[in-house]
Amino acid sequence: MLKQCEGSHAVAEAVALCRPEVICAYPISPQTHIVEGIGEMVKSGELKDCEFINVESEFAAMSVAIGSSATGARTYTATASQGLLYMVEAVYNASGLGLPIVMTVANRAIGAPINIWNDHSDSLSQRDCGWIQLFAETNQEALDLHIQAFKLAEELSLPVMVCMDGFILTHAYERVDMPTQEQVDAFLPPYEPRQVLDVNDPVSIGAMVGPEAFMEVRYLAHAKQMQALDLIPQLAQEFKAVFGRDSGGLIRSYRAEDAETIVIAMGSVLGTIKDTVDEMREAGHKIGVLGITSFRPFPLVEVAAALKNCKRFVVLEKSLAVGIGGIVATNVRMAVTGMGLKGFTVVAGLGGRAITMKSLTGLFEKAGRDELEPVTFLDLDWNVVNKQLEREKQVRRSGPAAEAMLRDVGAVAARNY
Amino acid sequence: MSALQTVKFYQTGTFTVGNRLLAPEDRSVQANMQRTNSLNSGHRACQGCGEALGARYAIDAAMNATNRQLIAANATGCLEVFSTPYPETSWQIPWIHSLFGNTAAVATGIAAAIKVKKQKGQGQDVRVVAQGGDGGTTDIGFGCLSGMFERNDDVLYICYDNGGYMNTGVQRSSATPSAARTATTMPLGPEPGNPFGQGKFVPAIAMAHEIPYVATATVADLRDLENKVTKAMGMRGARYIHILVPCPLGWGTASQDTIRMARLAKETGVFPVFEAEYGELTSALAIRRPLPVEDYLKPQKRFAHLFGKNPAVETIARIQAQADKNIRRYGLLAKETV
Repeated sequence: MLKQCEGSHAVAEAVALCRPEVICAYPISPQTHIVEGIGEMVKSGELKDCEFINVESEFAAMSVAIGSSATGARTYTATASQGLLYMVEAVYNASGLGLPIVMTVANRAIGAPINIWNDHSDSLSQRDCGWIQLFAETNQEALDLHIQAFKLAEELSLPVMVCMDGFILTHAYERVDMPTQEQVDAFLPPYEPRQVLDVNDPVSIGAMVGPEAFMEVRYLAHAKQMQALDLIPQLAQEFKAVFGRDSGGLIRSYRAEDAETIVIAMGSVLGTIKDTVDEMREAGHKIGVLGITSFRPFPLVEVAAALKNCKRFVVLEKSLAVGIGGIVATNVRMAVTGMGLKGFTVVAGLGGRAITMKSLTGLFEKAGRDELEPVTFLDLDWNVVNKQLEREKQVRRSGPAAEAMLRDVGAVAARNY
Repeated sequence: MSALQTVKFYQTGTFTVGNRLLAPEDRSVQANMQRTNSLNSGHRACQGCGEALGARYAIDAAMNATNRQLIAANATGCLEVFSTPYPETSWQIPWIHSLFGNTAAVATGIAAAIKVKKQKGQGQDVRVVAQGGDGGTTDIGFGCLSGMFERNDDVLYICYDNGGYMNTGVQRSSATPSAARTATTMPLGPEPGNPFGQGKFVPAIAMAHEIPYVATATVADLRDLENKVTKAMGMRGARYIHILVPCPLGWGTASQDTIRMARLAKETGVFPVFEAEYGELTSALAIRRPLPVEDYLKPQKRFAHLFGKNPAVETIARIQAQADKNIRRYGLLAKETV
């Protein structure tokens, strides 16, 4: 059914259609509307046979999820930013124990300085935590990915993060095609755990493992993600058969067939990039796009294949590996090892900095002329940065950088001392 | 099976082999799978471990009270490490270890899953116990514990309190008693050992949550312990039992003195044994023969710096004052018993 609704609400409804049994919620922007929506459905009785637990922290949220998933209940939670970092120990534990929890990450920057706006620093900080990470481009895809995520998680017995851009998707009202309960039931069978806490067949879960088997256990986690490389496209096919639309998969190309320059990105910024590429195509530029849906597992082979005919690639990412540059870019470079391609890393949109078509056009034209620096910070205010660097050179007690720079840009509430 | 049998020890290389890996005729009585013991022999606890004893009695009682319809969540710590070294386990019930600080929350999740499964007609009425040491309960696991209490989740949480982080080598926790020596509160400087005025008594904090049931117990009075666990399993909602379990390694006491030390803790008033329902004290185990705290402190090497040639009379008096306060607050003298 077509409807106009907020991204968070679309996800809440989609999760409810997946018949979750335990949901734990702790508020953090910009994820709150999702669990609020589900909480309402549980409270009103619209969503039956589901326990909704208001926990005292994200660490508890993931821990409750661990307990309920290990007891055989389909389990969901959502978080963002600081919340994801606060639960990290339990995040690793959930994947280590092979528990198919599904969690939405409403992507948001990480402080300090505290910032509630969108970038991908939170989920990318968890790139090695053992969870599958899927990135949604639109609200429709966010909705669809959740339905696929439960199936993927439960088939592999691995947890799945569905990452959607905070505010840009979570708070945007867009038209979505909401599936029916019958469709979701046809796609997603009831959860059958591989191992469960069962009084009729007692097992001990979470034993201490020493050097004699630890590496093997870790390898198996890797092997499972490698299986996901086959399963994710397969599920996207199955999904299409039931729901009639393309959603998910590992990667998706756009106007890339004869492209000399391919721009690689994840999430909602792909929309702006595609619009920019459309305009540039009209102006005669041979440019295309590669969207990465599955960041973990990272589709090395597929990315290499998608780039094999281009001359150069630009990875535009909403994340920064401080001290080296890009996170997504590093992964892409791994995929194109030995292909002799020129690659550029562009760090953009940190902490909600707008990524405009105007800036992108200039950036891509420069890339097309091979004039980009290896690592570019899109729309960085060099004036402010240089002022601060100078200040720090002059005065040892130069004060907090964030506040000083806010004063330089003349931001509201910044006081001149 | 009740016939006495010589205790057998097996050692292969650096790994102690659990009894259950041996041929049936070579196994000890405790290794029999038909026994109701929740915690089988072959585990790797130290000799005289109070926690192993407390856990076996507590979980046995919970198993009996629930007709074995029981799942346990376990915090990281001695109990977890000595009971489940891969690929062995001493547990006869479904058991999960997740992390150090999240056991109460994991138990909440288990209880929630059971509730939904039961609603759906897919499961039995299974009960949940969470357990951990004092570090995992009063320190790192305290947030999750308080959350579980405050939501009144249907979980019995059992804390085995040995007054420190014994698994990592006897460091100080918020349950370490005043003046005690630990690896991080050495008997040095002007105030040797663990400082006075610090630490917390979690049973009292549990009572402040007004949960249905709070009790304390020691391994010196195992019937009392069993009764309290049985009573707790007959109730619903959040319940908390705090058991004093002496640690020969951390306390510097002889292995055969574990039960004696627990009894002395109770008889001196150092550790009050009581019950509370919905935040109100309902009963206390009376001290039968009041003893001075010295009787409890002296046998323990962790308090050795208080004695010797120049006894720390003032410090001992402060510990005595703490015990006296317990006796007043919880009505521990027979005639004052609530």
